[in-house]
Amino acid sequence: MNAFLNKAAAGFLAVLVAAPLAAAATAAVKVQEVVGASGVKAWLVEDHTNPIISLTVTFRAGASRDMPGKAGTARLLSTLLDEGAGDMKALAFQRRLESLSISLGFEVGRDTFRGTLRTLTRNRDEAFRLLGLALDKPRLDADAIERMRAQLISSALRAARNPGSIAQNAWWKAAYPNHPYGRPTGGDEKSLTAITRADLLDYVRRNFARDTIAIGVVGDITAAELKGLLDKTFGPLPAKATGRPVPDVKPRLSGKVVVRKLDVPQSVVVFGHAGIQRKDKDFYAAYVLNHILGGGSFSSRLHNEVREKRGLAYSVHSYLWPLDHSALVMGAVATRNAKVAESVKLIRGEWARMAKEGVSDAELKSAKRYITGSYALRFSSSKNISEMLAALQAEGLSRDYFEKRNSYIAAVTPADIKRVAKRLLRANSLTFVVVGDPAGL
Amino acid sequence: MFLVQANGASAAYRRLLGCLAVAAVAFLAVAPAAPARAAAPPAKKGVFNPTVFTLKNGLKLVVLVNRRAPVALHMVWYKVGSADERPGESGIAHFLEHLMFKGTETLGPGEFSKIVAANGGRENAFTSWDYTAYYQFVAKDRLPTVMKIEADRMANLVLSDEEVRRERFVILEERRSRTENRPSSILFEQVRRALYLNSPYGRPIIGWMHEMKTLSTKDAISFYRRHYAPNNAIVIVAGDVDPARVKAEAEKVYGAVKPVSLAPRFRPQEPPQRAARRVTFTDARVPRPSLVRMYIAPSYSRGATKYAYALQVLDQILGTSATSRLYQALVVRDKVATSVGSGYSATALDLSNFYLYASPQKGVPVAKVEAALNAEIARLLRDGVTAGEVKNAKQRLMDAAIFARDNLRTGAMSIGTALTTGRTVADVEAWPDRIGEVTVDQVNAAARLVFRIERSVTGTLLPKAAAEPEPAKAEPTKADPARPGAVKSGTAKQ
Repeated sequence: MNAFLNKAAAGFLAVLVAAPLAAAATAAVKVQEVVGASGVKAWLVEDHTNPIISLTVTFRAGASRDMPGKAGTARLLSTLLDEGAGDMKALAFQRRLESLSISLGFEVGRDTFRGTLRTLTRNRDEAFRLLGLALDKPRLDADAIERMRAQLISSALRAARNPGSIAQNAWWKAAYPNHPYGRPTGGDEKSLTAITRADLLDYVRRNFARDTIAIGVVGDITAAELKGLLDKTFGPLPAKATGRPVPDVKPRLSGKVVVRKLDVPQSVVVFGHAGIQRKDKDFYAAYVLNHILGGGSFSSRLHNEVREKRGLAYSVHSYLWPLDHSALVMGAVATRNAKVAESVKLIRGEWARMAKEGVSDAELKSAKRYITGSYALRFSSSKNISEMLAALQAEGLSRDYFEKRNSYIAAVTPADIKRVAKRLLRANSLTFVVVGDPAGL
Repeated sequence: MFLVQANGASAAYRRLLGCLAVAAVAFLAVAPAAPARAAAPPAKKGVFNPTVFTLKNGLKLVVLVNRRAPVALHMVWYKVGSADERPGESGIAHFLEHLMFKGTETLGPGEFSKIVAANGGRENAFTSWDYTAYYQFVAKDRLPTVMKIEADRMANLVLSDEEVRRERFVILEERRSRTENRPSSILFEQVRRALYLNSPYGRPIIGWMHEMKTLSTKDAISFYRRHYAPNNAIVIVAGDVDPARVKAEAEKVYGAVKPVSLAPRFRPQEPPQRAARRVTFTDARVPRPSLVRMYIAPSYSRGATKYAYALQVLDQILGTSATSRLYQALVVRDKVATSVGSGYSATALDLSNFYLYASPQKGVPVAKVEAALNAEIARLLRDGVTAGEVKNAKQRLMDAAIFARDNLRTGAMSIGTALTTGRTVADVEAWPDRIGEVTVDQVNAAARLVFRIERSVTGTLLPKAAAEPEPAKAEPTKADPARPGAVKSGTAKQ
């Protein structure tokens, strides 16, 4: 094997000194700003290759705006917006969507409520009309509410027995004991049962407003065509959101390993501590740092130590999770009960090592190459691009971000990494929740 | 490094797991998780309009031009999967897929992935019953680099016992994550095992735990030598590329790999299925019961293949959205289930399956939901589908084909799965036309062919405390004597 390894190293170097990756990979994506007469704004990437239009709309809302005792309101609402709107009841509305091959779906995060529309050009106007109706005039009929409530309760009951969900929910609850972030976004049986039609309507009226909207559109539509549709679709929404304010909060972390006993052969582990906000000047350095620690799927230190060297897991990873009102660095691993203590120890050890020693120049160089070189890969479908366009606006980033983003990564220096590693990584406050029947924990 | 339970299984698996969690959203998607569903562009005749080459050593190269972004997806598909394993070595196809990252005569363990990452590429691999595939997604100017290293590991894999030993722990953890920790996966595995009486499709792709533990370097290398060769491979490149230049590059790197003599794929076939089977898995981790019914069904390549398109239309009508028959009957009208649906994939070398699943409403016995499912199937067999339902379903499928052209992956996946399961590029390109030709009579005949209880397994997932369910009572099924070509279902209960 030694001979092979030497040759391998030589081959590897040859690849590394090859020409730098095309930094202008995304230059072809031209982002236009379209503003309707009502003031509703969207970012548009025209692409007339296929007769398809993708739209993403987000509101600064999400599960954190659920009222106390009513966790799951936004989630339940997200399943109800296609269950009838205007004078069309559920079946009529869904048949209309389906007969025209229009996809309309809604998702809920902790800080965002997101809608996604996809249509063929030939059904464009009707697709926008149905989206507008769903946001402005959802019926929220009693039978539809009961149907969706039953599905979500079933789902919550399953989550309550699933080791991964138990670990996630327990971690967030411990980190944010008195804050909406501490509640499961999908609620639980009790909170879902408590939600009324009035609660759902109240959520719609307070949160679906033009001042927190962000819209991304991609595909077979011109700026002039989009302009009129923006007014028709989103113009009727109230000007200002009056959602429940969410306070800023720091996660509460014991630095301990908390075990939740469950009779499963493999323990599922969630870990994390305080992170870094999207607007922080160190965000890009932290992003690169995390890539080296546990973000890069087959190249990270955690992957190497836990999986490659010891076969302790199929998957181990870490990620930055910036929230609107807090920030986290989190990760997850799953290891058989007999060995999970070793995984936990290794992860904490890697955390401490990186905080102390930082990363090597070669690791930094390689991470930056990957992060900049792979950026173009995100532009391979209309939906991906429309989601990014909405996210950029929601984050307050500039319209030329696609062109500039790689330069922000390229600008990260070894000194930045060293500073951010010290600032960000705190092995002693890294808090683990282990669900399973672990030995030695 | 992942295994894809394609051929309908992946969908079944996900739906079983998350049918409740994703129901409302998933039901909105037309043809969810159906890469093989291509469609008719308005201008050109085909769907993806690929260029196909065959190299002298037998390797097939397919190039799909898509200029949305300056990127390229490079995939190598081998016509071998877990159903090609020998008895006693279950999991070897998937294990080898992991081991393919462990080095060659010129690259050390993990070096392959380092090169891909250093070139800004994303990569992975997946294994199914009929195929194993590897891919890299890169900026287009990196294509030659990844083609070179992929061609290298087609012939020059080197494994050490130590690497194999360590990676075996990884696949065991993978099985724990995917199966042992998930009651619905355990049920699914048992249902498939019971459905296929003789076909290797009854074996889990990842393998049985006790056999996985015994898989050795020798097993992996032997499997590799038997199946990995240019004349058993298809290279697919999709993206902002020039077909002639891709061909030249392929000739340079893949053209240098020597072909080997291949044994025909050995696939034991199903005997007539004569007895309905029931499988029950009871587990303390299950909060509420759920139900799955899986029937043997033809694929594009095996059995009554002429119904493969009609069955896709039937699947749409029965259970892929909130407007479909099962959902409207069991969830909306009768309120006995919180979710219900169906699934079918025609893409398989051997007999496929058509499945139905349901989750009872709180307090509703699982037997009652099964009876309601049976009643809907009986109604279908008695009254048939309507012309309107067929027209609508066909339109949605054909439109899904237009959406399929929106990203690189769909075309590459459609063609890769087709070429490894006995179909051709022309079949993929003609898919919208074939769907367009489906008639009401064909859909009804397909339903009568498939929905025969003696060719099915009914699986129930029960909470520990609950009692065993009573077998469901339902109306007997009668084949419609008025329809020529009806397949008699005998005394089957539906």
